[in-house]
Parts: sequence; structure tokens; C-alpha cells
Amino acid sequence: MSIASHNVEITRRRMMVGVAGLTFAVASGLRSSAAQTARSTDVVLSPWVTVSTDDTVAIMSPAAEMGQGSLTSLPLILAEELDADWSKVRVVVAPANDDLYKNPAFGFMYTAGSNAVTSYFKELRLFGAQVRKVLLANAARHWNVPVGEVTTAPNVIIHEKSGRRLSYGEVAAFAEVPAEAPNVAESELKRTDQFRLIGKDVMRIELPRKVNGTAQYAIDVQVPGMLYGAILRAPVEGAAPQTIDDAKTKSIAGVVRIIALPYGVGVIAEAPYAAFEAKNALNVTWTHTGKAWGFNSEQALVAFAAAARDLSQPTKLWAKEGDALAALQTAASVVESEYRNDLVYHAQMEPLNAVASVSRNGDACEVWCGVQSKTIAVTVAADALGIKPDKITYHDMLLGGGFGRRGHRDEEYVHDAVVLSNAVKRPVKMMWTREDDVHNGRFNPLSAHYLRAGFDASGKLIAFHHRKACDEVTAFQDPVRFKRQNGRDGIAFNGLDAPYYGIPNRLGEAVPRESGLRTSSLRGIAHLTNIFAIESFMDELARKRAVDPATFRRELVKAYPRAVSIIDTVASMADWGRKRNASALGITYMNYSGTQIALVAEVALERGSGRVRVPHVWVALDPGIAVQPDNIVAQTESSVIYGLGFALSERITIKDGAVQESNFYDYHVPRMNEIPEIAVKVASTDNHPTGVGQMATPLVAPAIANAVAELTGVRLRETPMTPLRVKRGLG
Amino acid sequence: MAFDFVVNGKAARSEAPALTPLLWVIREELKLTGTKFGCGTGLCGACMVHIDGKRAFSCQTRISEVAGKAVTTIEGLSVSSSHPLQKAWLDERVPQCGYCQSGQIMSAADLLAQNPKPDRGQIIEHMSTNICRCGSYPRIVRAIERAAREG
Repeated sequence: MSIASHNVEITRRRMMVGVAGLTFAVASGLRSSAAQTARSTDVVLSPWVTVSTDDTVAIMSPAAEMGQGSLTSLPLILAEELDADWSKVRVVVAPANDDLYKNPAFGFMYTAGSNAVTSYFKELRLFGAQVRKVLLANAARHWNVPVGEVTTAPNVIIHEKSGRRLSYGEVAAFAEVPAEAPNVAESELKRTDQFRLIGKDVMRIELPRKVNGTAQYAIDVQVPGMLYGAILRAPVEGAAPQTIDDAKTKSIAGVVRIIALPYGVGVIAEAPYAAFEAKNALNVTWTHTGKAWGFNSEQALVAFAAAARDLSQPTKLWAKEGDALAALQTAASVVESEYRNDLVYHAQMEPLNAVASVSRNGDACEVWCGVQSKTIAVTVAADALGIKPDKITYHDMLLGGGFGRRGHRDEEYVHDAVVLSNAVKRPVKMMWTREDDVHNGRFNPLSAHYLRAGFDASGKLIAFHHRKACDEVTAFQDPVRFKRQNGRDGIAFNGLDAPYYGIPNRLGEAVPRESGLRTSSLRGIAHLTNIFAIESFMDELARKRAVDPATFRRELVKAYPRAVSIIDTVASMADWGRKRNASALGITYMNYSGTQIALVAEVALERGSGRVRVPHVWVALDPGIAVQPDNIVAQTESSVIYGLGFALSERITIKDGAVQESNFYDYHVPRMNEIPEIAVKVASTDNHPTGVGQMATPLVAPAIANAVAELTGVRLRETPMTPLRVKRGLG
Repeated sequence: MAFDFVVNGKAARSEAPALTPLLWVIREELKLTGTKFGCGTGLCGACMVHIDGKRAFSCQTRISEVAGKAVTTIEGLSVSSSHPLQKAWLDERVPQCGYCQSGQIMSAADLLAQNPKPDRGQIIEHMSTNICRCGSYPRIVRAIERAAREG
């Protein structure tokens, strides 16, 4: 296996038209974008598959690779139905083309929400099966035998009756591609037990390059004549430079240009260190435009909590089943509770950056970047210059972490690189420092949750009401999507009403705030905070009813065998029934986009310092068909550790609208000496595959809080559960 | 003023200002981009290299400080990714986004050079200088144990 650059090596010699309903115009578009580096030995069988006469099979991979493994798992799904020999597969990063390679869940090329495999799965199998059918038909015609008599083994067409075989490469050499894509019925796809690749771990395509320093991220790009850019962005969204004192900056050796921008000041220098020094030497005052001036996150959280509780506040209905308000009125008993969450920073290891090279007369641009949507990046670059997207040459780079940060409609760091390059008409590597990355951060929003539950006289949970006060994230992150969804903000509110618990009367209400802060999806997205509230609350309810928390949840999901099974599995892994001496366990469960996941945390407390220690975490998940099982384990370990930081230490504070933290000395992410032993069990079931990239993250904090409650009787209601807050909680 | 030093066995020279961090000379002058910029403050370890055989944060090392010294980067750790740690890193499927992994491997190589058979506690203590935001820590531990075992 190998990987090619975004420049797809294909010819138009034989173009399959009509694949998955593609129009000829679309296929032509691919042809013109891809024909530049044609190799005469390559035969394009579809926009996704090119077979070379040397028997290599090039398969397009449409998703961004940020560590989650989609670069490998998506083409592997296609290869499965194509019956390709994986050792002969060459993974090609798909070019920026929404028509051909869009994520079906979003309608454009966008890698987010742990849904790449989920969303592409059906199509990729179909595309693979279609190309296999084309190869079968060509071989049958060649041998003059009925197509029903030919079959495939990896990369080989076989006619068993006559013992004849042709490699895919040999067939490609004479293949005629039909004008219409062949029909493939569901029944013609492989059964789970026939899979050769799905469910078997393969080496991730780019991994060998990640152990020897050759993996290329945007920050690594080298372009002849390149300069270095840094940007001081306004501390508050919507503010602009009022006065710029650049006297010190000008005196720094190597400074080439200082550029006033509507939202900050850019500096271009001959060397990166000079650019950073020059940026740091700027003395800028800011207009008090923008809404968040005066915003203080500690005070705001108190106000948010009051708003969540205040039933007269305007709300947006998120989800409704039955009549929760009426049921709460008539319930035999009602329990209410409140939870709060601070702002959280992504802290992807690669500070945001991009490289841009604007042509001498500003009518074209090359851009190198790592983004969650490459078609957005092309649009951002084109819009920054007021030129057409087809004037942008886009280079897809690996992402040094994404976690939602690189999925904004404005991809502002790409914009930064383009405007700086445009100012000097030379290639510019624009880098944010870590401090910039924190100060310019777009955070998981501050949120306050108010929950109520009603039980009937028999002790049955009959009503559930969850109100969440927080800023609308999609409105800031992606106004296009926000509008398209008529103001429905899944990034902030998904999962508010826990429908999987089968409570007959449920009401989920958004209590939108408008703080003017920069907000973002972050790993776990809305579930991160919603599930902290819900799973903490479920634990409180169980304790109120004096029911074991595992049994309590098990009862609620008893109509869903997969859910019951996953709760039982994690309970067994953790030896749930066994009391520990100096520690205690907490359990959590959720159905996250169809993935069944349950997690148990073991917690010990250093009462003097208030420090929470987490020696063990057990996770069981059922993501349907496990496409790459070991990678799912890796993603789950990763999700647990990300969730641990959210639970215990990660906190952004805002004063007068500005971020107070700066770097890893005041924003604490987990290190190796703080992580638990993590046991993961992946239960692969014969269901459509669902997400794996972030599923455990939301469960960690409530599992810890539930374990603390078990250990001490004290309920921690606020993330992060810092030592100070724990000590305060313990009294 | 120029600074002469050795990088991955080859003579190197930089005319960068004396205060320039070694990191930027390695990455942007010598084009050895496997060494990464993560925090610029010696807190994350993405920039870890070896100087005269000992690990060092290249973002905290001034170019003037390496004059006459030998620097090893991830690119110079082995020929064809043959270092036991690099092999173990693949066997244990350690990298996710991969951005921190050069620094992790350079830190781990320093550990094994000092202590070929570290126990788990020693591994964790030594490696806690390096942040991996993807949380590949459990696999890093396993990979170091494997490299120590298989050499």
C-alpha cells in the first residue's frame, strides 16, 4: 500500500458514467481536475476506483485524517466489496469535490461527528460492488462465458469451470466501462461472515510515516521563497484594532511587513522566530465592538444556571415526547438537580497554521492546510481573494489533531495565511503560537443544566425534563448550516432528552444565551456536557430510589437488548458488585448516535488536597460492525483520556471577554502519570456501523462524579472537578 | 556570527540570531520537519531532540547553545525506521494524529539509552514530559516495554 498526493493519477480513457447517479457533467469535472498527471497505465473505473494494468488498485479516501483512522477505514470498506487485494491497494486522498466525495450526512466534504464510516459505509460498499461487477462483466465477455459463472478472489477474476483467471489489472487493460453503473441489490453485497477486510485489523496507511518524521502536516510545508507570518488577533470576537503601535516591531531584524487587518494585525518576517517576536512586540488597542466585552465566565455561569432554572425564560424546543410538564405536575414525587460546565479548549497538538502562496497579480492561490472540510478551505481561500474556487490549488495535509476545532465555516487560520500571502504576493507560512491558539480559541460552550424527573406512585420514572442554558454554537461555528437547519443547534443541544431511556414523557429545552463568545464543537460535542448532566442525574435518581445504579439503567433500557448487553458487559468487566476498600465505582451508559456504550470509573480521593485519582476505567461499546477493531480500542482509550481532562482539570476562564489561559502551564491536559488503566471491550454486532471517535469522552466525567458520590455521599455538579471544587464539595 | 554544529552526523551551520530556538533552525533552515512545534515553552515535548546523546527541548535550546554539539532528530534516529522503538511503535499501533510522536520516540529513546530495562513506573515518570492529546499513552507504555523486551 502507498499513498498518493491529492493529484489523482487517472485518465479519461474509460470513465464510468452514472455511478451512484452521477451526471456526466460531474464526471467531466473530475476528469478535468484529475487529468493533469495521467498515467497511461491507469484505467478509471469510477470516480472512486482506478485500476492500473500493473494490478494496483487506487481508491479514493474522502475524509480528513486527524488521527481517527478514516484515511484507511473508508477505502477499506470499498475494497471489501470490490474484493481487492489490500496489499495492492493504493489509497489516494480525494480532491476537494463535494459533488463526488461529499459526506452524505452533511452534503459536503466534512469530517466530523464521528460519522465518516457511518455515513459513507453504504455508498462505499455499493461503489465497490459496482466496480467489481464491471470487472466481472468484462472478464465474462472476454472469455465468452455467462457472467454468472465468473467470480472473484482478491484482485482476481476466476472462471472455475475452465480454471481460467485474470488479474484485475489484466481486465482493466481491456475493460469497457458501461454508461450506466450496474445495479447492485442489497442481497448481492457480502454477508458479515464473508468479509475479508472489514473486522480484520490492517496497518493504518499513514502510520509508518508517523514514526520517522516524514508525515507531512501543514506546518511542515516548505515552499521556495517562503516567508513567515504571525497574527495578533483581537482578544474579543468582533473587535478591531483602534491604535497600532508597531515601533518595537519594526526594529526587529527580519520583519518584512506589518499589516493592519479588520480583526487584528499581521506580521510577516523572514524567519518564524522573528515573526513571533514581532507579533509579541506589537502594542495594539482595540475597539469595543463585539458583544463579549465585559463578559466574565464565572459570573456568567451563575447567570446561566439561573436562566436554566427560570421556567419563564424563552426557550427553543429541542425534543418532546408525551407531556413532561403535565406528568411532573401529577407525579407522586419529583427530583430536581443542576449541573454546570466550564469552557473547554481543544488543545490539538499542532497549533493552527496554514501555508498560502498567492500569485503575483492575486488571481490564483495555492494553499496547504489541515482542515476538517477541504471544500470549505477552498472557498475560504477564494473568498479571501475575491476569486473563483477553481483558481485555488489545494494541498491536503494531515491534521495534528482536530477534535472539532478545524471544522468551522470560516476556517479562519486558512484565511489568515491567504491574506498575509496576498499582502506580499509571496508564499507565507502563517503559524499561531500555542498562546495564540489558546487566546484565539473557540471553546466548548459554558453550560448550565436544570433537570427534573417525576416518578409515579409505583416508583416508575414517568417524566424527564432537561433545560440547558448555553450559547448557540452552530450559529457561530457554521452560520450556513445553522440557517439550513432553521436555527436548530445540534452542536449545542444534541442528546438533551436521552430518548433511549424510554421515559414516556420527555422534554428537552434549549435556553439559548448570546454571550458573543467564540464557541465550537469539541470532542463529545453536545453530549459532553449533556451526558455529564444526564448520567449524574440518573445516578442521583437511582440513589434516591435506593436502586443499584447499574440495575436502574438496565431497567430503563430493557426494551433494547444491545443496551442491556453493553451495561452487563461493562459491569462484568469492572466486577461491579464487588465493594472496594478505599475506592468506589461509578457507572454510566448512553446511546450515542447508535453506538451503545457503557463506562465504569474507579475513583479514589486524596481528601487533603481534594485531588481525584482514577486508577481504572472499563469501557464496553457496541458500534455495530467493527470495521477496524483495534483502532476502535485506540479511539476509545483516546476518548477516555480526553474525557479525563474535561472531568478533572481543563478549564478556560474569560474575563472582560478575553481568554485568561495561555499555554500548557495554565491549561492542564492529562499526562501519562495521570491516566487510569483502561480496559476496552468492543462488541462487534451485525448492525450498521456507528461512531467510535469520541464515544467514551462524555461518559468519563459523570462516571467519576458517580463514583465520588458512592465513595463520599457528596455529589459533584460542576466540571472540571478541580481539587478546589472537590474540597469545597466535601466541606 | 555563525554557529557550527552537527545534525544527524552531518555538519550544519546556522547564521540565525543567537537567541533563536534550535527548533526553528532544525525545521525551517535544515528542513528537518519531523521535530514539531507544540508549545514553545518546554511543556509538551513535541520538539524533543537529543543533544550530545541526551534529550532536550529544542524549543528551549538557543542556537548559540548547540555550537560544537551533536544534535539528533527523529530523522537521524535510525536508518529506515529500524530503531526498536520505531518498530514497536508500529507493532503497538501507537500514533493517532501522530504530531507528538517524534518527540515521544526521542524521549523514549533517551530513556532506553540510560535504562535498557525500565519498569512501568520508570517509563511513566520519564514520559510524563511529553503530551499526547490523542491519548496514545497506554500504547506508548506498551511500545516501550516491547522495545525493551525485543531490543
